[in-house]
Amino acid sequence: MINSLFLISHSGDIFLEKHWKSVISRSVCDYFLEAKEKAGDPENVAPVLQTPHHYLISIYRGKLFFLSVTQTEVPPLFVIEFLHRVADTFQDYFGDCSEVLIKENTVTVYELLEEMLDNGFPLATESNVLKEMIRPPTILRSVVNTLTGGSNVGGTLPTGQLSNVPWRRAGVKYTNNEAYFDVIEEIDAILDKSGTTVFAEIQGVIEACVKLTGMPDLTLSFMNPRLLDDVSFHPCVRFKRWESEHVLSFIPPDGNFRLMSYHVSSQNLVAIPVYVKQNISFLETGSCGRLDITIGPKQTMGKTVESLMVTIPMPKSVLSVNLTATQGTYTFDLTTKVVLWDVGKLNPQKLPNLRGSISIQTGAPKPEENPSINIDMKLQQLAISGLKVSRLDMYGEKYKPFKGVKYVTKAGKFQVRT
Amino acid sequence: MTDSKYFTTTKKGEIFELKAELNSDKKEKKKEAVKKVIASMTVGKDVSALFPDVVNCMQTDNLELKKLVYLYLMNYAKSQPDMAIMAVNTFVKDCEDPNPLIRALAVRTMGCIRVDKITEYLCEPLRKCLKDEDPYVRKTAAVCVAKLHDINAQLVEDQGFLDTLKDLISDSNPMVVANAVAALSEIAESHPNSNLLDLNPQTINKLLTALNECTEWGQIFILDCLANYTPRDDRESQSICERVTPRLSHANSAVVLSAVKVLMKFMEMLPKDLDYYGTLLKKLAPPLVTLLSAEPELQYVALRNINLIVQRRPEILKHEMKVFFVKYNDPIYVKLEKLDIMIRLASQANIAQVLAELKEYATEVDVDFVRKAVRAIGRCAIKVEQSAERCVSTLLDLIQTKVNYVVQEAIVVIKDIFRKYPNKYESVIATLCENLDSLDEPEARAAMIWIVGEYAERIDNADELLESFLEGFHDESTQVQLQLLTAIVKLFLKKPTETQELVQQVLSLATQDSDNPDLRDRGYIYWRLLSTDPVAAKEVVLAEKPLISEETDLIEPTLLEELICHIGTLASVYHKPPSAFVEGSRGVQHKRLPGSAGSGESVESPDTGSAAGVSDAPPAVIPSQGDLLGDLLNLDLTPPATTGPPPPATSGMQLGAMDLLGGGLDSLMGDESEPLGGDLGGSSAMGAGFGAPPAAPAASFSAPVSGGLDDLFDLGGGVGMPMGAYSPPKTVWLPAMKGKGLEISGTFARRAGVIQMEMTLTNKAMSVMTDFAIQFNRNSFGLAPAGPLQVLTPLSPNQSIEVTLPLNTVGPVMKMDPLNNLQVAVKNNIDVFYFSCQYPISMLFVEDGKMERQVFLATWKDISNDNEAQFQIKDCHLSSDAVSNKLQGSNIFTIAKRTVDGQDMLYQSTKLSNGIWVLAELRVQTGNPTFTVCLKCRAPEVSQCVFQSYDAVLKN
Repeated sequence: MINSLFLISHSGDIFLEKHWKSVISRSVCDYFLEAKEKAGDPENVAPVLQTPHHYLISIYRGKLFFLSVTQTEVPPLFVIEFLHRVADTFQDYFGDCSEVLIKENTVTVYELLEEMLDNGFPLATESNVLKEMIRPPTILRSVVNTLTGGSNVGGTLPTGQLSNVPWRRAGVKYTNNEAYFDVIEEIDAILDKSGTTVFAEIQGVIEACVKLTGMPDLTLSFMNPRLLDDVSFHPCVRFKRWESEHVLSFIPPDGNFRLMSYHVSSQNLVAIPVYVKQNISFLETGSCGRLDITIGPKQTMGKTVESLMVTIPMPKSVLSVNLTATQGTYTFDLTTKVVLWDVGKLNPQKLPNLRGSISIQTGAPKPEENPSINIDMKLQQLAISGLKVSRLDMYGEKYKPFKGVKYVTKAGKFQVRT
Repeated sequence: MTDSKYFTTTKKGEIFELKAELNSDKKEKKKEAVKKVIASMTVGKDVSALFPDVVNCMQTDNLELKKLVYLYLMNYAKSQPDMAIMAVNTFVKDCEDPNPLIRALAVRTMGCIRVDKITEYLCEPLRKCLKDEDPYVRKTAAVCVAKLHDINAQLVEDQGFLDTLKDLISDSNPMVVANAVAALSEIAESHPNSNLLDLNPQTINKLLTALNECTEWGQIFILDCLANYTPRDDRESQSICERVTPRLSHANSAVVLSAVKVLMKFMEMLPKDLDYYGTLLKKLAPPLVTLLSAEPELQYVALRNINLIVQRRPEILKHEMKVFFVKYNDPIYVKLEKLDIMIRLASQANIAQVLAELKEYATEVDVDFVRKAVRAIGRCAIKVEQSAERCVSTLLDLIQTKVNYVVQEAIVVIKDIFRKYPNKYESVIATLCENLDSLDEPEARAAMIWIVGEYAERIDNADELLESFLEGFHDESTQVQLQLLTAIVKLFLKKPTETQELVQQVLSLATQDSDNPDLRDRGYIYWRLLSTDPVAAKEVVLAEKPLISEETDLIEPTLLEELICHIGTLASVYHKPPSAFVEGSRGVQHKRLPGSAGSGESVESPDTGSAAGVSDAPPAVIPSQGDLLGDLLNLDLTPPATTGPPPPATSGMQLGAMDLLGGGLDSLMGDESEPLGGDLGGSSAMGAGFGAPPAAPAASFSAPVSGGLDDLFDLGGGVGMPMGAYSPPKTVWLPAMKGKGLEISGTFARRAGVIQMEMTLTNKAMSVMTDFAIQFNRNSFGLAPAGPLQVLTPLSPNQSIEVTLPLNTVGPVMKMDPLNNLQVAVKNNIDVFYFSCQYPISMLFVEDGKMERQVFLATWKDISNDNEAQFQIKDCHLSSDAVSNKLQGSNIFTIAKRTVDGQDMLYQSTKLSNGIWVLAELRVQTGNPTFTVCLKCRAPEVSQCVFQSYDAVLKN
């Protein structure tokens, strides 16, 4: 199982280590640093490395490497999932998962790691349970702690651990009882030069924020559950009910959690909300090129496309661009060579256009690769797959909760090839 | 009193203050003090001095205080074992606390105190906790058994904890079951044959019930354990599958993949005509696809596993090609894996789509990825015959782009397409020839030369083309030289009249002006063939080549079966059986898929060695090495004149030459070969040699080029090393890929008391290299260069140079892991390169390492038995005297010899350059090839390295 964890900054600085069994020397990270050096880009470091005596399994999150060391055969996904859980917990506790914040909260970090693993076996990974034992830092408390030299160790023990719903803490009380569900869908798509869809699929999640007193038992049902043939659930969802009735029945954790994620595959037709007319070309001679991009609405289901943003990573030999945008503003980053065009709202009457010239380093050959265009956008009050919640019922408690459902569609990895 | 006191002793003052507070009567004050201690501890201050005072606070009703004290204990118990005993009483008491949470906390903390002395006291409380009425305590205690086992395995066995743990599998609480399974699985790893997890239908039923109710991590443990079970019949198999399928919808990808493993394994037993079988196949696809939308690290592991699944059951994902399409911002490791799977899924139905994608990828930025994409197009052509034409035209389009590396890669794959579909696409040769000049990589040049030679009769100016390559013959890499030699011989056999001059030129270049033995020997063989029997030569050189098959990179079926049983593990990521790489995997059991319906007997093969040798074949279209070797072996047994299939591809040729020579040697020597073999290992060594990379000897050649026969004898003599210190063969330390064209291979030797680093520097780049310099990082034995690196002349492209660097041991010292690791930086005019290598520790054995007998005896007694390490040397067929002699050559001195019951005991001593003495007792039993060596040393960490040296010296 997991022996040790090292946190390494993206520049290769090991700034925190924690061992759950015997101590493993830091020098084991050298193998990783070597691989990192070789990979160049930190994102390209292979997640599983073998060294003569250990295995190194790592993830890259928030410009940090979480590197775990194991000595025996262990399912790598298990470790990777756990590392992501650690990163999630840090994010949950400190608001963000960054080197500065982790260093500021070293004490809490150690306490968390101590509770999350026992002898390399995961112990408490639910944020509800953890928060009961280790209080998240607040500004006030950190001031008090520095004055008194106190710690954040809670006086209580994880009562939730004893129940058969370990994800929910006992004795929850709220004056306003409310439950919100956000249906968020992301379109992953690749469009080719001519605008035809090479590949498209929808990744959906239902994020919940449930603040209900006691032990509520909820049932969420859909108008069109047939859409969902590939789903993964939070452990609280009763799978039997889903299989037989296609409803989500569960005792929710307290607070924010991801109830379910689903995947509408490329075989179903996926609506593409925008089209892109583009022409990026480089001249054989004269070290310059032209760029012309127009974006228009396609299948928007009557909603407005908002927060439209276009990113074009240019070839490295591009020196500068001189463009005009009919709507929004554009920037060109000289070091990363990325053109970023912030369009804003898409107006179907007056289509936004970006055009102009590109200049290339003199003497550099005509770029071989074609830049691909990345689109970001948002459509409010719409789940592009057509998924709709029909009702939410509560059993087990007497009060009447306030309920709300929100839909939003975003672009995930939405790429247009040129 | 002076003021300075306040400045120097602030720290002491703080500790003193805390001590007073800890011993205060007031509870509140005590608690605050412990908190301060913990805070100091977590930021790295040493507060171990307060150990007794903190432990005194342990007996409290205040939970928060107790937790803090426990935290402190876990941290410092190891460094203060004697004091830690003071805490035992409280643990024992806490384990009987009415609050189950306190009992659990106590038992958990107990296990984390890794102090031998304490463990004995903890057995009783642990036994009680394992039978506790509260499941939370039992669950924690189960893990504690695993912890204790890690500290003292014998104790756990003696106390019968393993049986208690087994009983917990039948516990009523799912979390207890899951933790018991986890603990047992971990313990079982160090006892491979103990059969700790004895699975039968009853326990399986328990596990399946627990599976539904425990946490996600528990589910992973249980599923992995289930996968080891072999159901009795297809009905049981189906019922398990039915109960596992819901796990495919879990949010945790590790749960999903473990479930996939169980299903993939048990599916084998289901009859294929069963409806349920089809349903199950359909259910497997969506979760696998979903894994690909997770974080890139998860995707990578998932893709490696999908690669296996697709090979075993292509039907599962055959309609899901599109999810493997590459996004431009995928990390490179994901891109390459996706590409691999795309090829595996390519079929007539989707080939158009795949090709369009591949063509798109071939214009991306990342060079490695582009290369692989171009190669993939070639693989498509070979795999899907109907698409071959389209693939070839796509490749031609790509050649038109004139992007250098694309063109070269395309030519390499077109060569394979020619071999798969002979006489079909030769019309494109003209286009290929246009690009001759732009080829600068050996592989592409070799491929092009092969094409020219193979189709010489259709290329009008084949002789001119080949002649143009011949001009710079000595600057070419071996691969190209060999290929050029063969191509010209082919050309000669096809157009004998015009090319006589050319062939003589190349034969003389290869045999007289080259110091590469492979090349010379191949040259001689052609020469002899051509001069004795041109007809036979034609039959050999222009023989019909076997077609290359479509999927040569598939994993070998038995290995694949084993890997399917290891889905989701590290083995599945590396595509190697666990026995091949998991450390300390003594007797790892090989897992195999159960037989299909009806034949449900257990299938555990006891052998460990056989599959370990099967490494994964590198993905390439060239025919697998195995086949080639087989062919060559055939050739070897018959005289060279009779035809066997000639070695077709380039990589084969190098081996071929070596081996042909072996055959020639045997037939030339006749009965004489025996004495020549002698202690050099003679012909058998040659036979073994051809498995190794062919670049082995070369160094000690000073070949007089008088004639083939002399030369062969000379080779025999050249292989022998003078008796003396063992020096391992050169290995590549810095591959040219990493060294911007500079390749460094090398070894270490000790000659006349001087440690030497012997290196071959090869320039594989296009430009001249100068200004070489070398530096070592600090290392365990202070090795440092005794002088500058002597490379006097600039190193021109494709040139190699031998350098010997004397070393001394007076450099700065830092302990390395492994101990004999050496990090080296080499600089030249291009860049600085770093690599690390491992030196055999025998280089450090000094000449005056012979101890006096008396001193030896005293020292042997004096070193405690804890510092003794025992190793076994296998397969060594030497007599004890030969062993002594051999070891003496490497400065391992035999002091005394004793014979007990036919067993020779050799007592030996060795001194390292830094003055560490290593004493050894070597047991040699006549007729038994396994020796036992006992090493005693005051610095036990060197034992492993010393043993490796023993092993290496004795086996060479």
